[in-house]
Amino acid sequence: MKLYFSLFKIRVYHGLQYRVAALAGMATQFFWGAIYIMIFMAFYGENDSVNGFTLSQLISYVWLQQAFLAFVALWVRDNELFEMIRSGNIAYELCRPVNIYIFWYAKLLAQRISNAALRFMPILLVAFLIPEPYKLSLPVSLDAFVLFVITLLLGVILNVIISMFIYISVFVTLSPTGSLLLFSVVGEFLSGLVIPLPLMPDWLRTVVEILPFRYVADFPLRIYSGNIPVGEAILSVGMQLFWIVALGLLGNYLMQKSLKHLVVQGG
Amino acid sequence: MIEIENLSKAFQVAKRKKGAFSSLFSRDVETVHALNDISFSIDPGEIVGYIGPNGAGKSTTIKIMSGILVPSSGKCEIMGHVPWKSRISHVRNIGVVFGQRTQLWWDVPVLDSFNLLKDIYKVSDSHYARSLDQLVTYLDLSHLLQTPVRQLSLGQRMRCEIAAALIHSPKILFLDEPTIGLDAVSKIAVRQFIQKINAENKVTVVLTTHDMSDIEALANRIILIGKGEKLYDGNLDHLKNTYLKHKRITVDFTAPTTLSEIPGVTTLQTKGQRSVLLVDLNATNIPSVMQALTLRPDILDISVENQPIEEIIVNLYEAHQL
Repeated sequence: MKLYFSLFKIRVYHGLQYRVAALAGMATQFFWGAIYIMIFMAFYGENDSVNGFTLSQLISYVWLQQAFLAFVALWVRDNELFEMIRSGNIAYELCRPVNIYIFWYAKLLAQRISNAALRFMPILLVAFLIPEPYKLSLPVSLDAFVLFVITLLLGVILNVIISMFIYISVFVTLSPTGSLLLFSVVGEFLSGLVIPLPLMPDWLRTVVEILPFRYVADFPLRIYSGNIPVGEAILSVGMQLFWIVALGLLGNYLMQKSLKHLVVQGG
Repeated sequence: MIEIENLSKAFQVAKRKKGAFSSLFSRDVETVHALNDISFSIDPGEIVGYIGPNGAGKSTTIKIMSGILVPSSGKCEIMGHVPWKSRISHVRNIGVVFGQRTQLWWDVPVLDSFNLLKDIYKVSDSHYARSLDQLVTYLDLSHLLQTPVRQLSLGQRMRCEIAAALIHSPKILFLDEPTIGLDAVSKIAVRQFIQKINAENKVTVVLTTHDMSDIEALANRIILIGKGEKLYDGNLDHLKNTYLKHKRITVDFTAPTTLSEIPGVTTLQTKGQRSVLLVDLNATNIPSVMQALTLRPDILDISVENQPIEEIIVNLYEAHQL
């Protein structure tokens, strides 16, 4: 446990070295947030609600998505790990008395937490202060807020499990470009980061609800605004936990299997 | 301590066919035997130089011994563990330095990397304080600890890499080309350090290198491999005695001159007052050559040198057609 805490600490120090990047990131997220909101407002037009998803719920959804981008986005990545696999420095990782899956998992989770910790507060603060109708609303209830926090955290746990598959695939392909593109474009869409689930056509929505991706973003973000009622949400937390366990075990299995076949090339 | 028996490793290497286009559809696969039936055993406290030309299989052996690579066949047992089967308990006993790779975190000070390694290996605070203190003193790291790794020179970084491999006080240290690219001062510092920890902490050391002076300074035993096979296993002096076929004599005269023929001796070079002679030890011996030389009254100085170890190794490679 101490190891993972140290790992987290070193990651935060690492993240703090790039303060300008954090500032630039925040500016970008405001920009995207504003763009999304304007597009969706145009799309909503005179309607106050589409498929039961109100405009103010949508706006909260967009701001939360931007504030916790490091938690919900699939494309957040650790180039160091890719570089390690590509260059063969992974040899050193294999000389450590740790399970590589858990070790890398902790690194990636630490990266996301340190990333989000630097950014989410200022974004939320500004999003609360800007005028109606653009502002972020308060959570519908205390229950919803607590459940939002829990599912958001479970969401990032699941998100890292999903993104571990990208790293495992690099053992085979040796280049992250393909898997990254596939995961970020398809995964992003399926988790509701491009179009929120309530705005999707019914058939697509049925498919997306079966897949694990929506439990990363769509699920917690809609709980906050009350679009998914607390009672219904508690049942779905079980599904979220199921995916965490199932995909976690699968990832660990695939990782151990590919390590057996790994050949670190060169002298 | 280290027992290796009949170890073999074969790799499948894809080869390109005639056209780049047709190789999109099918590939020729060639099997390369990186290691072929290697056996040796190493006792506690030894320093073993593991040498061979590029591509001989040195790094492959080190990778197998550190549990990174699974061999095709053969046995390997290190302190009671089979490296690739019980990787996690095995790696606690070993420290590894790959001279061409880095294990330190690039953007943070060296000390942060050390602290993380302490937690990875679950080293107790008191033990950590002691071993860090020793490493800092011996490797002269005190002024480097707070520097980010990216700002270190290669020599400084290598000293830190070696320290990083020893934080958990392993019983065995594998060094894969630890002196590659280092200047003379850093090389000597690294060598002295290896000798110290071997003598004081009883660390068993296996090192690969292309620098024969590393071997001469450190290893009492060498294992030579080439094309995946073991060619020689024994001490360095014995190797020298077996393969040392020539000695070199440099003679300085008081005035420019030519030297008359001595049997078994060829003149390599005559430049002004100095002649360099090569003595074939199969045909003659040093005392008789000296006797013949001292007949000349105009000799100022004579020095006899062994053939450099590099040349012996080259002869050895040639003898085995590597």
